[in-house]
Amino acid sequence: MVQKLENLKESPSQTAGPYVHIGLTPNFSGITGVYDADLGTKMLGNAPKGERITITGRVLDGTGTPLRDALLEIWQADANGIYPGQDGADADVYGWGRCPTDMDDGTFRFETIKPGAVQNRDGTPMAPHVTLWIVARGINLGLHTRMYFADEAEANAADPVLKRIEHQVRVPTLMGQPQGDGTYLFDIHLQGPDETIFFDI
Amino acid sequence: MTEKPSGLFHRDRSWHPAALTPPYKTSVKRSPAAAPLAMPSTLSEDTGPVFTRDILGPQDADLIHNFASDGQSAIGPRIIVYGRVLDETGRGVPNALVEVWQANAGGRYRHKKESYLAPLDPNFGGCGRVITDEHGNYEFRTIQPGPYPWPNGPNDWRPAHIHFSIFGQSFGQRLITQMYFEGDPMIWQCPIVGTIPSREAIERLVAALDMRRTVPMDARAYKFDIVLRGVRQTMFENRMEGL
Repeated sequence: MVQKLENLKESPSQTAGPYVHIGLTPNFSGITGVYDADLGTKMLGNAPKGERITITGRVLDGTGTPLRDALLEIWQADANGIYPGQDGADADVYGWGRCPTDMDDGTFRFETIKPGAVQNRDGTPMAPHVTLWIVARGINLGLHTRMYFADEAEANAADPVLKRIEHQVRVPTLMGQPQGDGTYLFDIHLQGPDETIFFDI
Repeated sequence: MTEKPSGLFHRDRSWHPAALTPPYKTSVKRSPAAAPLAMPSTLSEDTGPVFTRDILGPQDADLIHNFASDGQSAIGPRIIVYGRVLDETGRGVPNALVEVWQANAGGRYRHKKESYLAPLDPNFGGCGRVITDEHGNYEFRTIQPGPYPWPNGPNDWRPAHIHFSIFGQSFGQRLITQMYFEGDPMIWQCPIVGTIPSREAIERLVAALDMRRTVPMDARAYKFDIVLRGVRQTMFENRMEGL
């Protein structure tokens, strides 16, 4: 017998369920007085460098119905492509946000700045992108995806992650669409013909 | 930065629940049909938000009191839930934010979309949070939640459970799961528990009653350890816990 590998197994995931707001955004769900503010509602300090943007959209199920009980988290670099915690990061860019979808119309919304290009492991740049993580009732394991910016065509064409996608026809599902006013529209389709690409990272 | 290989250990998706698990009905239309695209983690997944104890209020880890009126406390069996957050290499994960939420002793959630006829407890909110110490230890106090019925099958009841959300050192480690209680017969009937493929994996979510950590005449204790994905190395000076 060879020696045993002593690695542990990751705790198995379970759905966040319909009442995820109680724990992660209690003020949003009407439980006030426990925490001063819900974490992740504010992504910027007073003087962040870079272009201010809004990322908004909905999460749609396999019938095209928006999820009104999903919760999204977003993680991104600052305008220079530096993540909070790295040397030289913009202290007014927190990089992380959390937003439940609206209980009536299912929209989510993040007020942030457009991230700069981040270096891939081999030192080549990745196109500007934000990383998203989606949980909800009916989702057993949180879904990771990325939003790229449709108005960064040149950088997107050179992006190492986008390039490795075999079904290039699906690449547009990762594009936030500029609305001309600093808003990027990003609908996430969990299932169906326009299904968003999700990553096993 | 160093030149050492970085990144996260790959996730064993045969150990986690699949996306499509029809006995849990909501998963049918909320599960991607295409396979997830495998990619090595990059800086975008190897980094993540850091939370400091500044965000914590004095009662954030005491659900018995954090929503209660002065001098009051929540009704139900008083318990301590404690454990460690580890990664797959067995190291404790320090400064991990652990957020929890749960129903009250009667199985009723404080949420506007919840309509179960069991009453709300005016002294129980149902949310709490804690940040692990330098060894990855955490502890909070609460009341044991009750089971509750849900509209899945015609007579489905969730076992007593507490939801957990955990941040490790990186966004790619992000995990939400549920803790169950030792000896609860409802565990083995639940379609959500049943999304997990193996009994061995399910048992990892069952907290053990610990009479040694129980405080006599006060609260029983349950131990619940949580394992996050392994991290090959840590690149930043504020995250020295990496390999």
